[in-house]
Amino acid sequence: MGEVGAGGRRGVHSVRPLQRFSGFGLLRHAFRGHRDWRAQWRAPEPRAAYDAVIVGGGGHGLGAAYYLAKEHGMRNIAVLERGWLGGGNTGRNTAIIRSNYLCEESEAIYEHALTLWEGLSRDLNYNVMFSQRGVLMLAHSVHEVGISKRHVFANRLAGIDSEWLTPAEAKAFCPPLRIDGGLRYPVLGAALQRRAGIARHDAVAWGYARAADALGVDIIQNCEVTAIRRDTRGAVTAVETTRGTIRAARIGVSAAGHTSVVMAMAGLRIPIESYPLQALVSEPVKPVFPCVVMSNTIHAYISQSDKGELVIGAGTDAYVSYSQRGALWVTTEALAAITELFPIFRRLRMLRAWGGIVDVTRDRSPILGKTPVKGLYVNCGWGTGGFKATPGAAHLLAWTIAKDEPHPINAPFSLERFRDGRMIDEAAAAGVAH
Amino acid sequence: MLLVPCPWCGPRPEVEFRYGGEAHIVRPADPEAVTDEEWGEFLYARTNPKGAHAERWYHLHGCGRFFNALRDTVSDRFTASYEIGAPRPDGAEKS
Amino acid sequence: MSGSFRTAEGGRVERARAIEFRFDRRSFRGLAGDTLASALLANGVHLVGRSFKYHRPRGIVAAGTEEPNALVTLIRDRTRRTPNLRASGIELYEGLVAESQNRWPSLRFDFGALAGLAAPVLPAGFYYKTFMWPGFAWRRLYEPAIRAMAGLGRAPSEPDPDRYLNRFAHCDVLVVGGGPAGIAAALAAEESGARVILCDEQAEFGGSLLADTESRIDGRPAWEWLAGSVASLARSPRVRVLPRTTAFGYFLDNMVALAERVTDHLANPDPVLPRERLWQVRAKEVVLASGAIERPLVFPANDRPGVMLADAARTYLVRYGVKTGTRAVVATVHDAGYAAALALHQAGVAVAAIADGRREVRGELAEAARRAGIAVRGASGVAGTRGRQRIEAAEIRGLGAATAETVGCDLLLMCGGFTPSVHLFSQARGRLRFDVLLDAFVPETAPERVRAAGACRGAFGVAPVVEDGFTAGEEAARGALGHLRAARRPVVEAQEFGTGEAPGADLGEGRGRGKAFVDFQNDVTAADLSLATREGFRSIEHVKRYTTTGMATDQGKTANPNALGLVAGMLGKPVPEVGLTTFRMPYTPVSFGTLAGPARGELFDPVRTTPMHGWAAAQGASFEDVGQWKRARYFAQGGEDMAGAVARECRAVRNACGIFDGSTLGKIEVLGPDAAEFLDRMYVNSLRRLKPGRCRYGVLLREDGFVFDDGVIGRLAGDRFHVTTTTGNAAGVLAMMEDYRQTEWRDLKVWLTSVGEQWAVIAVQGPKAREAIAPLVEGIDLAAGRFPHMSAAEAKVSGVPARIFRVSFTGELGFEINVPADYGRAIWERVWEAGRRHGMTAYGTEAMHVLRAEKGYIVIGQEADGTAGPDDLGLGWVIGRPKGDFVGKRSLGRAEMVRADRRQLVGLLTEDPARGLEEGAGVVAGAGRGPQAEILGHVSSAYFSPTLGRSIALAMVKGGRARMGERLFVAVGDQNVAVNVTLPVFHDPEGKRLHG
Repeated sequence: MGEVGAGGRRGVHSVRPLQRFSGFGLLRHAFRGHRDWRAQWRAPEPRAAYDAVIVGGGGHGLGAAYYLAKEHGMRNIAVLERGWLGGGNTGRNTAIIRSNYLCEESEAIYEHALTLWEGLSRDLNYNVMFSQRGVLMLAHSVHEVGISKRHVFANRLAGIDSEWLTPAEAKAFCPPLRIDGGLRYPVLGAALQRRAGIARHDAVAWGYARAADALGVDIIQNCEVTAIRRDTRGAVTAVETTRGTIRAARIGVSAAGHTSVVMAMAGLRIPIESYPLQALVSEPVKPVFPCVVMSNTIHAYISQSDKGELVIGAGTDAYVSYSQRGALWVTTEALAAITELFPIFRRLRMLRAWGGIVDVTRDRSPILGKTPVKGLYVNCGWGTGGFKATPGAAHLLAWTIAKDEPHPINAPFSLERFRDGRMIDEAAAAGVAH
Repeated sequence: MLLVPCPWCGPRPEVEFRYGGEAHIVRPADPEAVTDEEWGEFLYARTNPKGAHAERWYHLHGCGRFFNALRDTVSDRFTASYEIGAPRPDGAEKS
Repeated sequence: MSGSFRTAEGGRVERARAIEFRFDRRSFRGLAGDTLASALLANGVHLVGRSFKYHRPRGIVAAGTEEPNALVTLIRDRTRRTPNLRASGIELYEGLVAESQNRWPSLRFDFGALAGLAAPVLPAGFYYKTFMWPGFAWRRLYEPAIRAMAGLGRAPSEPDPDRYLNRFAHCDVLVVGGGPAGIAAALAAEESGARVILCDEQAEFGGSLLADTESRIDGRPAWEWLAGSVASLARSPRVRVLPRTTAFGYFLDNMVALAERVTDHLANPDPVLPRERLWQVRAKEVVLASGAIERPLVFPANDRPGVMLADAARTYLVRYGVKTGTRAVVATVHDAGYAAALALHQAGVAVAAIADGRREVRGELAEAARRAGIAVRGASGVAGTRGRQRIEAAEIRGLGAATAETVGCDLLLMCGGFTPSVHLFSQARGRLRFDVLLDAFVPETAPERVRAAGACRGAFGVAPVVEDGFTAGEEAARGALGHLRAARRPVVEAQEFGTGEAPGADLGEGRGRGKAFVDFQNDVTAADLSLATREGFRSIEHVKRYTTTGMATDQGKTANPNALGLVAGMLGKPVPEVGLTTFRMPYTPVSFGTLAGPARGELFDPVRTTPMHGWAAAQGASFEDVGQWKRARYFAQGGEDMAGAVARECRAVRNACGIFDGSTLGKIEVLGPDAAEFLDRMYVNSLRRLKPGRCRYGVLLREDGFVFDDGVIGRLAGDRFHVTTTTGNAAGVLAMMEDYRQTEWRDLKVWLTSVGEQWAVIAVQGPKAREAIAPLVEGIDLAAGRFPHMSAAEAKVSGVPARIFRVSFTGELGFEINVPADYGRAIWERVWEAGRRHGMTAYGTEAMHVLRAEKGYIVIGQEADGTAGPDDLGLGWVIGRPKGDFVGKRSLGRAEMVRADRRQLVGLLTEDPARGLEEGAGVVAGAGRGPQAEILGHVSSAYFSPTLGRSIALAMVKGGRARMGERLFVAVGDQNVAVNVTLPVFHDPEGKRLHG
């Protein structure tokens, strides 16, 4: 893959080359008091028509626009965001990136994403701070050991790095981890993916926005889609927005928790439901936690940001909601789990907690592909996997829109699988034993 | 924490309940008579509205009864609860 | 003497009680009633910390929880180190030890301050623009360096030994904030008959009254009135007063979370006390009287130690008797700056100048200042400061003037007006309105039953605030009780400092030398905000995230109003159009321990044990966690390892008999005339024709056709069934059954009762099982012909009523004896005694798994992992034919479910019988590895079979049933192990032993 701005400019827009970022650039600009940094993306007025519009200005939507422009030569395109870029789940998640999933289809799609993550900062000329510090997934029961090992075996067969650690090895990898028998659910081992890690979530949206903008993509914020127009044969023709009608024969919807709302405008019901998901950070402390640790049994995950905050995720609340707020007991349970595993953190303090809206399918796998409505494409249902999938989902959505057919990697993630029963059930192996 | 209005016990904290998903999704009387498409809709398609949502709750750690309730999914506020089988009190169309 | 900057008299500190404490290894002396901040200031210590990014020397700025700079680590002992605490919130106790943070090697000489030299190349967001080359370098080189510089204090290295507790409470009126408004509200509500909870984050109630020696309320000095009011509230049986308690979160339906600090202020806490306590309060009405926070001014080099908020300096003086300097300059745009100047002047601090940013200087206070001989410069601001670790001079410049006047000082007070603390109101999803005169957002309407009162609603001055609080308390009581009993309204006589009005914050951004800080802790300057807006970050959320303004541990309490004003100016938009960032929980940081509460160790999750648990433990059983249950996994004897124990247990079951605790199984009693019809619709089996006295292996699908659970369904009578579920699905199966019973088939007359905890289950399995238990059983004949396989009966065992099922999960002759749980252990011991002479051996879940795998019996969660249909598991035979509809039936006909290449249950035998397989390992077609290898399935169960003397495995393999005899491979470690595909039954395929 070439870098942004390096390719020929075939688009219909006059393209403004990227103002390149580098350490030398910083130095040069320092002498001018940083007065000459340009806007990282324009704030254009929407045009009357585009070849394609993407609904949703999160990482997935912005990335799709970038890949459409960069790899498919579609530059007369717009991203419509109802609020501010990256204001949805992109800016609310715990930034974990991994690909050690169980099902072959999931392995393929998340590994596709992980591979793109590995080159993303340079591809975008924007440091998204992808830090491959390793993700440790704990097993707390004999049954869970079996499930974890099944993941490890499956990953290794698929060529995805994944290894099984004994409790002592897990503690060596993550020294704060408690592995003594006094734990209510002792750590019996852990699956480790070393290439997994975390990234700076906001930077992903900004990096894609800047790079897409440089290729001529119009990024339009504060522009809420209110209706989808279709012709007599049912194909999409335009979106109505709070900033006027915008014509487009191809519409990609990448609206996460709000997908049902947008798809309902085209008369479609999508098999997803939206649930609150909470996360929190501690006050920043000096480096103390070297990796990411996840525990499914006790529903918690934790890492430490570059700023020093412990970033902690909790489980979803049980009911459909768009409130972006969950119950306190979900937070307290997550912290009980974290402080049980890491009792040295009990005196640290919660600094900030927030809620997002995750869109969840019945098989916990996304929907990425065509819809029964011609010209309408959907990318949703990522549940808690959305951030890690960002470059992959964006890349595949762009492909699907450009070619009007899914890429082999996202072909299994169709809407039709719900009719046929061809589920990709990641939650399956979490089934209970005897 | 939601205060769930159990029609039999009154408002109770959500931890006493099990959420039962969208209400008024009727299991086809003769499943063999419906198409795969229709069966798939019954199994998986959900309204997931941003606004009034008719949903089922099971008062597991209470009276043990299922009931329906209307809740605004933006504010999370309940506006009504009613017995299984009764129509939606806001008169909105099913699903 | 408790510090050379202590006044001769006055303040609320106890002059007679000196307290020794240490800061950065130096000993100091303070007074009872001091905070760490006031005690340090009393000793002339301003430099207390280093900033986050540039490691600039920083001093104490505020007197409350909004303090951005003075963060310290409090060290009680080796195990009790708490980082990032605000010195202004730490109550002094004898022997307190605190350390500064984010500096090396010392606070005065910090190498990190070199970052300040590089500051020109480190503007907001610099890290997004560099560190990208070469690819590996971020993780290996740059990131570790950045991480080491970032962070503030250090996390403790030892587990926290303290305890934390949790309380739930209900009340009519919760009053948040115990300042004049809150006290008045609580008095009004209490007198109206309401049950009240009053909380305040500080040790003392009183809020701003604690720094007020002028006002009189109800004819008494403010402090007297305060003491009397708090005492009367504390005496009232209707009131709970909670000092040191911060309301930090506002949740739906008036649930407010409070964090109470119980022992942190004590030198020697009683060990029975928790350190902190989480309160979850459900209030009918809430009064928010959370006050207002003073705003700093943004001018060049406004961050030197000695630059403080003006009202904070007045508070230190009046409340703590501490002079924060000897020669002060005051920069203000609000009358409160004059009040501070006058108070300091009266206490003997020289006030060199007041620079008032407003164009017109007028009012009594300005006059009073002039009368006191203080130089008042109108339309002036600070253009810069001098000094390094303490301010030495301020440069005062008139608006539009070319030159500045340098005024020597060791204290620079700033007052940018006050911002109402609307955090909780906003968390309650209340709407805010921008008040132009106050230059701040104030509460408007909220969906909760909440009202704001006093300064947090924009009221200013003691009399209006008390009045407002009292009215709010009355209204809240009326709202909660539905009536109002007249309460007596306090009468206030006070000298008021102006109206609270304040102009915007544009006071010198970019004019003069040095960085003009907006967010002190995160080192965000006005220039950073300007850069962000130039780079296209125009949403206030973008500006916040790009510059990190407002994201420090103070969550922007002092920074956000100024940032907002500046960004609005830069974008040329009115403030309300720029909007606010979201106020998130918590208001101030809350200990993880407080939130986790007592949920640790055994209390983390309840431990469920069976009636026979003690027996198993006494026999040396090793237990495994299955959900919340502890189950005996194996019974090692005489130095056996697990494999040895399991082999012995298995052989005993095959050759004699074994005893197994099956009590954890879920049990549901299904009763009613339509019980058979109901179960027939739930399970795939045909159950209507099941005869009383018989049982059947039942399979339950989800509606999507995948196997959900299995168990034994015994018909005890025409209208009564005893249904077992797996351990883990006990609750789920009952919920699913109730769902269908109550919502789909409401016409059926059937009732469901969970009886899982009522029955203990003693499984006796093996060829000697009958002989072992027969002597104890009364009322039924266990002979094969009379009580054949799959029989069920009610009988007595050792005189105890029992349900006996002749079922087997081992392939051997077997019985499951259910007795009331209270008799479980007694009957178990009787059976054990009776069985010993027949070679009875106790076996655990591991042997149970091996035994069932030898027979090819599936386990829910292993073979049935939620993706397998009944046919995939070879359970097609279970489905009742002919039979009507049942749960999941329709899904079985879907395209995917009838494909021939679905993963199906098979047996695998390694070519080398000694070679074991691992559960979860992949099954592949060839000996090759890598991503190209076609993955056919996975091993679901793998054991060494003591019965067969070889390894066996069950696997789910694509089109497996058509592959009998095929040679496949299992990828274990780095090897592909050759296996042969077989039927998934390894032992007694004809099932003769079952019928023995």
